[in-house]
Amino acid sequence: MTIPHEEAVLVIFPHPDDEAFGVSGTISTYIKQGTPVTYACLTLGEMGRNLGNPPFATRESLPQIRKKELQASADAMGLKDLRMMGLRDKTIEFEDDNKMVQLVQDLIDDVKPSLIITFYPDYSVHPDHEATARAVSRAVYRMPQEQRPKIYAVAFSNATKDDLGEPHVIHDITEAREQKMGAMRAHISQTAWMLEEMEKRLADGEPEAENWLHFERFYIFDVETSKYQ
Amino acid sequence: METVQVATLQQHLDRFAGEDVFIHLETTNGAYANHFNEEVFNAGAFIRNVQLRYELAKVVGDSPHRVGLKLPNGWVYAQGITHFEIDEHDRLLMAGHDFSGKLAVALQISRTPFAY
Repeated sequence: MTIPHEEAVLVIFPHPDDEAFGVSGTISTYIKQGTPVTYACLTLGEMGRNLGNPPFATRESLPQIRKKELQASADAMGLKDLRMMGLRDKTIEFEDDNKMVQLVQDLIDDVKPSLIITFYPDYSVHPDHEATARAVSRAVYRMPQEQRPKIYAVAFSNATKDDLGEPHVIHDITEAREQKMGAMRAHISQTAWMLEEMEKRLADGEPEAENWLHFERFYIFDVETSKYQ
Repeated sequence: METVQVATLQQHLDRFAGEDVFIHLETTNGAYANHFNEEVFNAGAFIRNVQLRYELAKVVGDSPHRVGLKLPNGWVYAQGITHFEIDEHDRLLMAGHDFSGKLAVALQISRTPFAY
């Protein structure tokens, strides 16, 4: 099973681990198919709350831990072009909007993607997700129409199904199952709780638990009708 | 980090009194609080690398503790502190971790600025 060919793919998310659950199988599959993939991760998740009790890290040591985890996730996916963009967790929405658009535009100019994968504005819950999604929407809208990459967007707010319906794109990522598990495990400081639960459900043979190891779902985001231009 | 021992933490707080220090103060119930439970009113506050000088500091109560700093013209306090450590840069890091291991509050004091 393959997924449709792309010239180059640019993934833009704000936090290490944003790629793991919903996109790492797609990233790995593109790489297996020989498509160049760039992952721009805007922060190091400096404000992550999962520090354990007893704690295994402090507010000040967490970024270095998450940086290593992000690199390990990239290694698990076979990703060569990982870019850490140096912003601070939970501050992206307070950055200058045009600076954020420029950051995205610079990435696009450099990578020349045929496809961008990011969050869906107004349906991605975390303020950093939303700010990232708005910046991508604006940057792509401001490009000449014929040069614009497609956008596959991840949406998961509670209103998603009611407002947007079923996802437009479903990737079969079965053959990248091991890579996806590897990416999930790489972010162990953040995913330990989820993985424990998930592995129990997998062992019990729950179909829903199997599902995320087989399929990843995206909405096609159209900048022409976007609020963020 | 270790769980707060009041006398030890008090000694460390006293060491920074009367000096210009940088403060990190944060309270949070997480960006997803309202996503998982729409009944939750999500509030928090964050300051980092604000410089001040305190004349008196106290750690009070049973765990989780309160820590208050009295300034010449005001106050800083944090509620819910459970753990602390002196890190390799001689910074006093205090934090409150909830029962599931999630950070809920942090108060940190340093003579040099914290990273970005």
